[in-house]
Amino acid sequence: MSEANIVEVENVWFGYDPARPVLRDVSVSIPRGKVVGIMGQSGCGKTTLLRIIGGARMPTRGGARVLGAVTRDLDRDGLYAMRRKMGMLFQFGALFTDMSIYDNVAFQMREHTDLPEELIHDLVMMKLHAVGLRGAAQFMPSELSGGMARRVALARAIALDPQLMLYDEPFAGLDPISLGVIARLIRELNDSLGATSIIVSHDVQECLDIVDRLYFMADGRVVSEGTPQSVRDSSEPFVDQFVHGKPDGPVPFNYPAPLYDADLDLTGT
Amino acid sequence: MAGGAVRGFFERLGGQVTSRLWRLGFASRFLGYMVLHSGTALRRFPLTIREIYFAGVLSLIIILVSGLFVGMVLGLQGYNTLERYGSSEALGVLVALSLVRELGPVVAGLLFASRAGSAITAEIGLMKATEQISAMEMMAVDPIARIVAPRFWGGVISMPLLAGLFSAMGVFGGYLVGVKLIGVDEGAFWSQMQAAVDLREDILNGVIKSFVFGIAVSWIAVFEGYDAPPTAEGVSGATTRTVVTSSLAILALDFILTALMFTGGNGR
Repeated sequence: MSEANIVEVENVWFGYDPARPVLRDVSVSIPRGKVVGIMGQSGCGKTTLLRIIGGARMPTRGGARVLGAVTRDLDRDGLYAMRRKMGMLFQFGALFTDMSIYDNVAFQMREHTDLPEELIHDLVMMKLHAVGLRGAAQFMPSELSGGMARRVALARAIALDPQLMLYDEPFAGLDPISLGVIARLIRELNDSLGATSIIVSHDVQECLDIVDRLYFMADGRVVSEGTPQSVRDSSEPFVDQFVHGKPDGPVPFNYPAPLYDADLDLTGT
Repeated sequence: MAGGAVRGFFERLGGQVTSRLWRLGFASRFLGYMVLHSGTALRRFPLTIREIYFAGVLSLIIILVSGLFVGMVLGLQGYNTLERYGSSEALGVLVALSLVRELGPVVAGLLFASRAGSAITAEIGLMKATEQISAMEMMAVDPIARIVAPRFWGGVISMPLLAGLFSAMGVFGGYLVGVKLIGVDEGAFWSQMQAAVDLREDILNGVIKSFVFGIAVSWIAVFEGYDAPPTAEGVSGATTRTVVTSSLAILALDFILTALMFTGGNGR
């Protein structure tokens, strides 16, 4: 495995039900310092792949080397040590609803460091300032809009300056302004922290604008990969259908069904 | 045909029994893990104090009001019965022993399961449904140590205190009805109670009961919340199961504990 890659997933198979694998022989390499997108339809296995990388799931076959360690070889303490170098943004933020915004961002600092409260205060304010929400520090999560909650979750995810950021559908359900803000923040924070980012999403244009490299998944497999430009120019049928939002193609419009005539009982007439 | 139906019945029955045993085993392992990882809850005691507030302090109103009414009803019913035998002065003894030995721990436990147990289950279940528990795991913080254990110990500590307050309020309710309303002699009411209620046999046994009920209810509540399917139906079902299972557990445990404490060589 290469030192240049912060994550290497090799020939991974995984299934919640062994009879129906969600991931089939998936191999992905994430170069250090880059923003990499993993795209595909809902249910294609991309969030599961993110969970494999985060050590929340273990491959049935194959292996994932993340931040220099093979996840399967790690015990609980080893996994937790690995995760301290990671940040993850969940689809809907997953802010702790019983804590203020300030306490949400301070959470990891208080749990994992012995920093004095004055220093934690300064760090929390810096993180909130980075996402433009220093003024909302004393709010509760229920008082925020969806876009603001996502930005707070981003501030919380970067609280300990992670080496690797994982984004699970960071653009889902956002209005165009919030969406643009989150996309810009992901790119800027990655570059300013010197981190590496993996974005799982099905929002094509936003991803193409900020990523350095893209993987396309379908039916549990990686079907295509490349730079944003090569993806835009791709004539590969699945990529073409996905990027241009065509209703029919390798992913058919119609779910498999009996003959239409038979369903309408027209065969005898 | 009939043989197939019988076989199907026993297969379903076997499946149910196996599934429940498996779940009980899982819940026991969960309890063991939680107790072993309670260091955070006990070392950072403010986390547990916060849960004592939510489970205990916020249950005070319902516990105190219920205790008062149960005590007043005991005063009325007890007086009616005792008066027939000319021993209405023993009303204090009847009220106190009924509350301290049985009604205090049991009714307070049932109320605690409905008020605090259901809230604990719903809160943990919703934290799971909104990925807060997954987020905590991804932040390398053990959610069982940080979220579940403080709630468990908060419940375990709150329950005996609530049962004690329930009994005290009940005795006060019995006093109001018996002495102030009906006119039972005040001196006899208190002195007979003082003479008949034993610290170890009655009060300590009542405290032990409420402590056991506290463990049972808190264990069921946190387990159901943590094990709830992360959907609206899942959380709703888990909350219902907490109240039903806790109530049945309290009644069954009460019978076992009463049999151990107040019968045989230990009884009076």
